[in-house]
Amino acid sequence: MKNNALSAKDFFRSDAMQRFMAFGALIVLIIGFSLASPYFRTFDNFIGILLATSVNGVLALGVTFVIITAGIDLSVGTVMTFAAVMTGVFITNMGLPIPVGIIGGVAAGSMAGFSNGIMISRMKIPPFIATLGMLYITKGLSLVISGMKPIYFNDTPMFREMAMGSLLGKIIPGFEVPNAVLILFGAALLAHIILTRTVLGRYTFALGSNEEATRLSGVNVNVWKTAVYTLAGFFSGVGGVLIAARLNSAQPALGAGYELDAIAAVVIGGTSLSGGEGTISGTIIGAFIISTLTNGLRILSVPQEWQIVITGGIVIAAVYLDILRRRR
Amino acid sequence: MSKTLILMEGIEKRFPGVLALDQASFELRAGEVHALVGENGAGKSTLMKIIGGIYSKNSGHLYVDGQDVVVENPRMAQDLGISIIHQELNLMPHLTIAQNIFIGREPREKISFMVDDKKTNKEAKALFKMLNLNLDPNTKVADLTVAKQQMVEIAKALSFNAKVLIMDEPTAALTDSEIEDLFSIIRQLRDSGVGIIHISHRLEELKLIADRVTVMRDGKTIDTLTIEEASKDKIIGLMVGRTIYEAEPELPENPSDEVVLEVRNLNRGKELKDISFELRKGEIVGFAGLMGAGRTEVARAIFGADSFDSGEIYIKGQKVQIKTPQDAVSRGIGYLSEDRKRYGLTLGMDVTENTVMASMKEFLNNYIWLNFKKSKDKTNEMIETLKIKTPKITQKVKFLSGGNQQKVVIGKWLTADTDILIFDEPTRGIDVGAKSEIYKLLNDLVERGKSIIMISSELPEVLRMSHRVVVMCEGRITGILSAKEMTQEKIMELATMRGDTAQ
Repeated sequence: MKNNALSAKDFFRSDAMQRFMAFGALIVLIIGFSLASPYFRTFDNFIGILLATSVNGVLALGVTFVIITAGIDLSVGTVMTFAAVMTGVFITNMGLPIPVGIIGGVAAGSMAGFSNGIMISRMKIPPFIATLGMLYITKGLSLVISGMKPIYFNDTPMFREMAMGSLLGKIIPGFEVPNAVLILFGAALLAHIILTRTVLGRYTFALGSNEEATRLSGVNVNVWKTAVYTLAGFFSGVGGVLIAARLNSAQPALGAGYELDAIAAVVIGGTSLSGGEGTISGTIIGAFIISTLTNGLRILSVPQEWQIVITGGIVIAAVYLDILRRRR
Repeated sequence: MSKTLILMEGIEKRFPGVLALDQASFELRAGEVHALVGENGAGKSTLMKIIGGIYSKNSGHLYVDGQDVVVENPRMAQDLGISIIHQELNLMPHLTIAQNIFIGREPREKISFMVDDKKTNKEAKALFKMLNLNLDPNTKVADLTVAKQQMVEIAKALSFNAKVLIMDEPTAALTDSEIEDLFSIIRQLRDSGVGIIHISHRLEELKLIADRVTVMRDGKTIDTLTIEEASKDKIIGLMVGRTIYEAEPELPENPSDEVVLEVRNLNRGKELKDISFELRKGEIVGFAGLMGAGRTEVARAIFGADSFDSGEIYIKGQKVQIKTPQDAVSRGIGYLSEDRKRYGLTLGMDVTENTVMASMKEFLNNYIWLNFKKSKDKTNEMIETLKIKTPKITQKVKFLSGGNQQKVVIGKWLTADTDILIFDEPTRGIDVGAKSEIYKLLNDLVERGKSIIMISSELPEVLRMSHRVVVMCEGRITGILSAKEMTQEKIMELATMRGDTAQ
């Protein structure tokens, strides 16, 4: 580059920039809150933030795939609830072994995602509508199946231990990071590998970049689109098991609104709603920005209703910055 | 005689309201380049899309290697050894060149669902070496010029080692030397026994590359000729089905010296660099260049449809700020998009509604109520002056022919009383008969003192219809020629004066 001004401009427009900005924003938030409050900068509080991110982060992983295909999934929150309730049914009501219950819960989530995929790819129902329908269906089913009452895991303490215990704490004494956080990072790593290294990831980008061209290249777009929504359902299932373990109960009325937090994390992380672009690292950063903000504002005694307003502002600002970046 | 690779008989294809293919037939042999020509809408692309598994036929037979087959999807076409370069670029801009080329058949790692990008890049590199292309497999397609993207498409199609290669206007965006490179690759393939179908609008090309020529018209196969028999006149005669009286330029002479529009140093990112030109009263300025040269971008910038980084626009000597199409219309500028159906017309509405669309204010009572009488009178006036063929003024425009749709758009801008009209590919998708009517209309318009910018990819049209021609290449103006200076060769030379080859 001969021209430095030009290269700086190019850098501002590069894809790396969006992630850099998001990461920078997260660091600024952490430093800002740390300076503002001694309570924020405690080890326990950081663990709290990590834990608070785990469920939303896992949901957002699946949504990242869907949004890269230029689709949308509004059902991840209630599919999560559905998976949690099913896990409760398997483990508490039916008395199945914990691993079987977990697999069953994740499978229930995956099935819901698969149904989304079939509706969208085969029946050509727009993603917004199909997943909106699935939002209601899973919300209703969760209430029906649970009899509108929470299902507790009091007879199986190992289930809660799975998420809230600390494997790391046993290895490194004093470093009590709950397993839920490890599961989040494990799931993120898995999602990253799928997105960047596998055929599914390649077609996820291809679908969002130019679906018709992908079809004309001989790719069976219906199959891969279904796979993407199934994957979103899978991650919702994992999220469902996690939240059930964290709360030591499956709460059938919980879950609505989680999809919006997940979409917000994805968007803040720089994944384009018009498809073809996005990263897992960005999504994870986005999820952390939301939970750090919530946590920090709470510590600073900002009322919860204002926290919600501020989150909305952040989403809009992130997308607007992205639009500015792309403008030529 | 070498063996027949593809045989099509009695092919029929219906779209709602149209019979796109009517008893069409076609034969392709191994080791030949078979050109397929015909006017826009003659059915060439539709026929090829049936071979490629993109459309299914309503009746008729398709034999591949003597087998009666139904090609159900693009994948099946690939498996049959059929590869297509589509007219529209069909690439995924967010993926790299190599990823685009191997989409759907990525080299895998040992675990079979993992893609091996290193190997993908390596294979792409080997392919480019074979094809003598200078491309970096790891570049994102979005960062390439249109011409380079076209080369990626071609490389992708060739990478299949297909027995049958279909090229739907592959040369539209290429320079002469790139075309020559492409043709030498095609000759190599032909000599190795591949059958190639070449759809082209550049009839001059056929002598260079084709062995046989099939002419289509109105969905029917008219005739197949050997290249020796196929003189340009004969092909044109078969294409239009009647002898066309090629009128001599009938441009009104001598536009006035009054400059109505002046553009100075217009810049917009990578797309437009230092664009300056003027347009006089009663003048037609042609804009020539290859696909992606930036002509439409100039039009959109002047019209306020896109913003620009720097530059000035003067109308009748006054500096103006045009930020939105609304500003442009109020300054008397009308833009007739190359994509009438998307940007020019509201297809589901009728002739009257479309005619008054750009000047609604004039057709209202008390700012609120639609004045039906006034709109009807104006529309009838336009139908008469422009000779729009429509059964009634309440006919929905989607049921009109391409030529008549174009006239409705012109009527819309005349109703809005615009003095400067920007025509983007005014005759695209319009049959030859209606074309000369559009030309006559352009002449009438300039005689009435309107000024016209005419963007066109058809050189004969530019030569015939322009007082002056502005030639663009890669976002720059590479030359402005007067009527006396302009020749086809001169324009092509300027249109291919790339930044990297200019030095």
